[in-house]
Amino acid sequence: MSSVKLPIYLDYSATTPIDERVAAKMAEYLTVEGQFGNPASRSHEFGWKAEQAVDLARQQVADLIHADPREIVWTSGATESDNLAIKGAAHFYRKKGNHIITVKTEHKAVLDTCRQLEREGFEVTYLEPENNGLIDIDKLKAATTDDTILISVMHVNNEIGVIQDIAAIGEFARDRKIIFHVDAAQSAGKVEIDMEALKVDLMSFSAHKIYGPKGIGALYVRRKPRVRLEAQMHGGGHERGLRSGTLATHQIVGMGEAFRIAGEEMASDNDRIRMLRDRLYNGLKNDEEVYINGDYEHRTSGNLNISFNYVEGESLIMALRDLAVSSGSACTSASLEPSYVLRALGRNDELAHSSIRFTIGRFTTVEEIDYTIDLVRKAVEKLRALSPLWDMYKDGIDLNSVEWVAH
Amino acid sequence: MAYSEKVLDHYENPRNVGVIDDDQSVGTGMVGAPACGDVMKLQIKVGDNGIIEDAKFKTYGCGSAIASSSLVTEWVKGKSLDEASEIKNTHIAEELSLPPVKIHCSVLAEDAIAAAIENYKQKNQ
Repeated sequence: MSSVKLPIYLDYSATTPIDERVAAKMAEYLTVEGQFGNPASRSHEFGWKAEQAVDLARQQVADLIHADPREIVWTSGATESDNLAIKGAAHFYRKKGNHIITVKTEHKAVLDTCRQLEREGFEVTYLEPENNGLIDIDKLKAATTDDTILISVMHVNNEIGVIQDIAAIGEFARDRKIIFHVDAAQSAGKVEIDMEALKVDLMSFSAHKIYGPKGIGALYVRRKPRVRLEAQMHGGGHERGLRSGTLATHQIVGMGEAFRIAGEEMASDNDRIRMLRDRLYNGLKNDEEVYINGDYEHRTSGNLNISFNYVEGESLIMALRDLAVSSGSACTSASLEPSYVLRALGRNDELAHSSIRFTIGRFTTVEEIDYTIDLVRKAVEKLRALSPLWDMYKDGIDLNSVEWVAH
Repeated sequence: MAYSEKVLDHYENPRNVGVIDDDQSVGTGMVGAPACGDVMKLQIKVGDNGIIEDAKFKTYGCGSAIASSSLVTEWVKGKSLDEASEIKNTHIAEELSLPPVKIHCSVLAEDAIAAAIENYKQKNQ
């Protein structure tokens, strides 16, 4: 155990380190010795070489999701992709209707974009997921009206890792001729995505969640049937006018290489990561009052989101200073609101405040997981010994029956 | 978030954790709510001379909340009820160098003292 290097990184859903192979490729596109040219320069070899590199990367991204490279638009990341997809489609199809459907557990990049569209006069329905984090497609169908022009549902949730049935939603949306956008920032390279089979019109991607660089992402825009968008960034007409701005060759090359590696290693990575995640869960689940947040089966391999009842999340994070994890208790940021995702699952505030997200990745080891299990169990035990709520639970007091003197 | 040395010290080595067996000489205050992420339980044991001779706490909350309650158990001991009620959140926040977002922890600790004293007084009217 002493051989484990601290702190242990278990926050792979926040970001990942760049794979060495990716970093090596990127370094070839920076300096005067490398291919530093502007891919938009048509008049000389510097530009042509850079353009070739961008084309290869576009192919690599398209290959992972079985798409046509002409369907890939480079952006600065998944947030920009979500903005371009949702605002772009809403603005373009405004004449067809003004209703949008999304889910309460979406990433803020989707929710805040929808809020902005509400200010512009669109109507947005925010679906409530089931208690396991998955959406009931019948409720989605029921929320649809003749004015619905866009449905946006994330593939894998960033907090709880649950995988939505985008195939079924896609069938419904296509049938009703509603544009379907999927935020796949947390799923690409972890869950199979086949754009030939899926009836998804727009899909957002990020590089830094799968061992690529930060600051680069892509939006998949379907060609058949053709999906139109109103550009959100205007300028030199790059990316067929959908997203102007000089292409960041080294970032794009990095994203391409990261997606190539993901395609080759996804199956073996997933097996190993799932084994580690199950080992972590098995090491923690037998303690009293431990709850898994979100469906365990329909979940990406590396995610474990778990609540330790009667222990407050921020104090637990403090006890776990040797671990890089994140808490559903937003006490860590200025607001005192617990995670809106866990709240949307119907988790009570105590359990939402008591949650920790562990996300495991390519470089996590068995030794790190074993160390983590030991550390977490000791910390929970220590904090429960400090917790008046734990005493009350042990005395058989129903906390809901207590009149709290809240501020 | 960076914690001050004193918060870390109280968090790592909390003083006076526990429960005092309830009787006439004990005042118990419980403040906060699980939904807000903070619950503090503070108990004081008052001697015949009106001096607080023991204090214990249990806290569900962030490190600053735990440190605030640990600190006040140290401070109230040896004080009269009137002296103890002079302890204000500003003193606690200053002693622990709490950042602005954590001031509510010191407010809660002040409330806990007041609630414990109130409970003792009710019992001993």
